[in-house]
Amino acid sequence: MLNIFEKIGIRVQGWIHITTEFLNLLFETLYWIFLGPFKDKPIKRPTVFEQMVFMGASSIVIVFFVTLFTGVVLAMQSAYQLSKMGAVMYVASLVSVSVCRELGPVLTALVLAGRIGAAITAELGSMKVNEQIEALDVMAINPVRFLVVPKLLALFFMLPCLTVIGDLSGIIGGYIIGVFNLKINAALYVQTTFKYLTLKDIYTGLSKSFVFAIIIVMVGCYQGLRTKGGAVGVGKATTVSVVTSFILIIVADCVITGFYYFSNL
Amino acid sequence: MQKQEVAIAVRNLVKYFDGRKVLDNINLDIYKGETFVIMGGSGCGKSTLLRHMIGALTPDSGSVFIGDKGLTSATEDEKEKIKRKFGMCFQSSALLDFMNVEDNVSLPLREHTKLDPEIISIIVKMKLNLVGLQGYGQLMPSMLSGGMKKRVGLARAIAMDPEVVFYDEPTAGLDPIVCAVVDQLILDLNKKLLLTSVVVTHNMESVFRIAGRVAMLYKGKVLQIGTPEEIKNSQNDIVQQFIHGRLEGPINFDDQEQDVQHSG
Repeated sequence: MLNIFEKIGIRVQGWIHITTEFLNLLFETLYWIFLGPFKDKPIKRPTVFEQMVFMGASSIVIVFFVTLFTGVVLAMQSAYQLSKMGAVMYVASLVSVSVCRELGPVLTALVLAGRIGAAITAELGSMKVNEQIEALDVMAINPVRFLVVPKLLALFFMLPCLTVIGDLSGIIGGYIIGVFNLKINAALYVQTTFKYLTLKDIYTGLSKSFVFAIIIVMVGCYQGLRTKGGAVGVGKATTVSVVTSFILIIVADCVITGFYYFSNL
Repeated sequence: MQKQEVAIAVRNLVKYFDGRKVLDNINLDIYKGETFVIMGGSGCGKSTLLRHMIGALTPDSGSVFIGDKGLTSATEDEKEKIKRKFGMCFQSSALLDFMNVEDNVSLPLREHTKLDPEIISIIVKMKLNLVGLQGYGQLMPSMLSGGMKKRVGLARAIAMDPEVVFYDEPTAGLDPIVCAVVDQLILDLNKKLLLTSVVVTHNMESVFRIAGRVAMLYKGKVLQIGTPEEIKNSQNDIVQQFIHGRLEGPINFDDQEQDVQHSG
């Protein structure tokens, strides 16, 4: 019996340890972003722009296709239901509202967690096992300032941009079905799309993507920096990073949606 | 005899890993301008000792002094200042893969000085010249051989004109001729730049080629400190077995294997 409690205790202790380490890394990153520049440790803008290209510009195509086809599927599924009630023309607003509020931000974040989160962990993980992180430390270059800060800033600005692209391509996906399959007049479809779409739908969606960006980069960096045990360790860390990001994104989505739902903002 | 100035002092250093004593009351004085070699078998604690000297590990008790400044008790800002005074050459070279050779060597200069990029570029060329790699600045680390990577790592270590350079297994994984080249380079740099060098190695040829003084570590303790001659003529059986690589002697790997098998 004691054995079970012991095991639970050890597990809980482990979780507390991981959470504390994760929060320490987050606070250290925020320190270097907001206070570092005042201590003669400026943020390297060229590195931030490089990361923006890698994380943002190079992800446009995959985000476009994922959300486009989701828009297509969403339009088909909702048309199937709405046609029973003779309300097919509302497909447009259903697609636009659900894409902007929910699917656009979440799918974009999940795609980026797979593409960027994994890349960050693999990069930092292999740097860790090859003594490169230690080398930075010995050269008195803080690895968090040098490696984590540019990544966080880059994705913090790029994920909302990608989300806007995702929102638009989702709406285009719905448009393709609405206009070419359901034969809704093109002008009417566009009009209905924006008729029920309020500013709140867009900013609640975009506000989520800022949080998702922090989750993806911080989980990726945390797992990368604590990698141990050679190539196998890097593989494990990458898997854990993607899985953790996915779970945290969905949980954060639920919390933020709940916040807007209950606070009537 | 004239009293030599101490560059690095290690005092009563103790370190445990998972309850196992890895460093057991280590005391060392490393003098300015000398090439000090720390040798010992795998797992004897020599790399751990080096990591304490560079401030990457914190001891459970005892302290490390660089010059007259205590590294162990220093604040983060002080540690950063101390770290700028030394360079480190890693076993795996530890060059950043996403930067070319020139950017790797210039990294500490770009981060810690406000020098003009053109001046930095000249300094980098000089440093690459010192290690015999002029003209290789634009290559990526993945395009270099093991020996070349080591030399780039060395150029990076001396980029900031340090007072002390640490070498972790500088000749591991290199062929005998490249080993000799790297050893010669360590000696040359010591003379040209008036460096203090601390070398961790288990390559006996290297030890006797470069060492001014040698410390033999065994099971986390300093077994003997002396000149290469004194080490060669040591009366200690463990030292003799180690430097001659004999199978029979006080260091017995068969016993250790049996211990593991019995406990398993």
